[in-house]
Amino acid sequence: MKYCIKNGKIIDPAGGYVGVGDILIDNGIIAAIDGEISADDAEIISAEGKMVFPGLIDLHTHLREPGREDEETIATGTKAALKGGFTAVACMANTQPVADNGVVISFILEKARKEAYTKVYPLGAITKGLKGEELAEMGDMVASGAYGFSDDGNTLMNASVLRLAIEYASMFDRPLMLHQEDVNLAGNGVMHEGYWSTVLGLPGIPDIAEAAIIARDLTIAEFTGFPVHCCHVSTKKGVELIRVAKARGVRVTAEATPHHLTLTDAMIETFDTVYRVSPPLRSEEDVEALRQGVQDGTIDVIATDHAPHSLEEKHREFSLAPNGMIGLETALAVIWTEMVCTGILTPEQLVERMSVNPARILKVAGGRLRPGDPADVVIFNPDKQWTVRSEELVSKSKNSPFIGKKLNGRVESVWVDGMLKYCNENFT
Amino acid sequence: MIQLPKDILGLKELSAEQIQHILDTAVVCKDIFKRDLKKIPTLRGKTVVTLFFEPSTRTRTSFEIAGKWMSADVVNLTVSSSSVAKGESFVDTGRTLEAMGVDVIIIRHSLAGTPKLLADTVSAHVINAGDGAHEHPTQGLLDLYTIREKMGRIAGLKVAIVGDILHSRVAKSNIYGLLKMGAEVTVVGPPTLMPRGIEQLGVRVEHSLDAVLNQVDVVNILRIQLERQQRGYFPTKKEYSKLFGVNMERLSKAGNDVLIMHPGPANLGVEIAEEVSVHPQSVITEQVTNGVAVRMALLYLLTGGGSKDEILH
Repeated sequence: MKYCIKNGKIIDPAGGYVGVGDILIDNGIIAAIDGEISADDAEIISAEGKMVFPGLIDLHTHLREPGREDEETIATGTKAALKGGFTAVACMANTQPVADNGVVISFILEKARKEAYTKVYPLGAITKGLKGEELAEMGDMVASGAYGFSDDGNTLMNASVLRLAIEYASMFDRPLMLHQEDVNLAGNGVMHEGYWSTVLGLPGIPDIAEAAIIARDLTIAEFTGFPVHCCHVSTKKGVELIRVAKARGVRVTAEATPHHLTLTDAMIETFDTVYRVSPPLRSEEDVEALRQGVQDGTIDVIATDHAPHSLEEKHREFSLAPNGMIGLETALAVIWTEMVCTGILTPEQLVERMSVNPARILKVAGGRLRPGDPADVVIFNPDKQWTVRSEELVSKSKNSPFIGKKLNGRVESVWVDGMLKYCNENFT
Repeated sequence: MIQLPKDILGLKELSAEQIQHILDTAVVCKDIFKRDLKKIPTLRGKTVVTLFFEPSTRTRTSFEIAGKWMSADVVNLTVSSSSVAKGESFVDTGRTLEAMGVDVIIIRHSLAGTPKLLADTVSAHVINAGDGAHEHPTQGLLDLYTIREKMGRIAGLKVAIVGDILHSRVAKSNIYGLLKMGAEVTVVGPPTLMPRGIEQLGVRVEHSLDAVLNQVDVVNILRIQLERQQRGYFPTKKEYSKLFGVNMERLSKAGNDVLIMHPGPANLGVEIAEEVSVHPQSVITEQVTNGVAVRMALLYLLTGGGSKDEILH
């Protein structure tokens, strides 16, 4: 199928095209991109007044399959991703069983091939069973198709294991994505330690729990000379450490989530478990520092940490509810509303943080619309206002902190490898 | 006409007028202690459940007596923490009680926020009898009542709260209540047991009890949970007692009419010496008595009672 997207404002910083123009999609790839393209045999799609992005790539998604198909599946999670403008997601290893071997990676890829709406890049565990003790079979997982490694919500508390993991993973040239929170400093904490944890009487997790581990990890990464990626940075101290390390030449990349960029610990005032997440929502000062970090490039990537949980699991005592919130369907509009409309990010910077840089870190094609690139393309209507409604979410779980919120900007059409998979609220 | 909210979850959300109204109502309730026959029909036909997920004899008995003296049917439910571990749903327990036609649920739980979750689930009135390190509003009210009764006022008084502020729901409810009623509050304890941002509530923070004792009108001594020592918050019981225990020597350095309070149960010889606990300046037993009066007042006001003059008739 051949498509010609006409007169959209193309935002393709990696390809060097920012401006109104046409894109020709043919045979799964970008065939041409130019001011005006005439293609009589192509289906013409007008993008007049809209924007055209390379497909977004989420570096941090939980698809829950295998193991918790009641909360999300590869099919429903990628459907949510597609609706949110993502054409690829990297899925975390904390499945049941854990993706710490080639068999589970193969299973995910096989399932994705049959059922996924987007590309799926499985991440394997760094250590067996996510236990932080023995290295998992990284070579076997790479051979089966793993795109990177992460122990997800678990910190590698043993610094020696981390050093060995960085060194060993360097053979495969795949990103090592680190959760960074000192388990002893975090203790039994369930929210950010500060004024609000004191008011609510909930055990707190201090910002130093994150900063101390980031400082340690950066020191070890610098020593090895190999790169590391910091997952969902949430603190001002963390941003500052990464900024300084980058200036010193340490090979580090970092991500922040839409929720950490827009919500604070004050939201927990009513003990609403939808706001329970790891790392916890932080103070206003932290949010401000994160936004600056995203703006100046200290934070390379905005990733969702889409973490589906059933209603029953979330509807309980705050301290016993699981961490996590969904984000794939709202990420783009939340960032557009809170960071682009407010002048913190340009549309080009948004595309860099949500498409170009994730592709670079995962070392995958995408994030660019040059002729020959895979035709992963999004048409985004920046003027469309909408309200997030639980019943309209296609994710199997509804634990979104943005339900009821009015957002600007909506995804209208999405192509994955040249196939029009989503168009005007319809999945095709 | 001063209205109370549907639920009493904390003193943070009550106004000074509402607190005053509860205390005034409790004055009338306390009259019943002087009677030979301690039973009035005010809450006849109402059902009150105490739902305790944490062991407690004092608070539960106090609520039970308060309900029974007012002729409510009081049912005590102790839910072992093991049933929580077994996965028994908290909200389901709430709905079950609701379906049995309960009017008031009094809940104690080790996890902060559970009374709020219950209150959002049921239409019955919920009274928080202590949740984690969040609030213990009836303790706060009975402490306010005791101070007002003994000192004749609350406004302008200087109150020290001494001990484990970090884990104390009693401290928090006292802080909110005292500040709303116009007192000045100093919290005293080791830095390891001071929650972050506590000064933003409007209190002064001190780490030397001796520096504070002779400057205050009231000393409220918190129970020190002995397992905190094992978690490393302080080195030994002995050292805690030396630095923060109120003994006769310390008492003698305090003002002559300083009021000594403790929410109980006390670790005698640790945070408070036995001699101090039974000293004429100690009002610990009156606190217990006032607890019943304050809880009667709350039950009365929540279940639709209006004027305090109607309570005894």
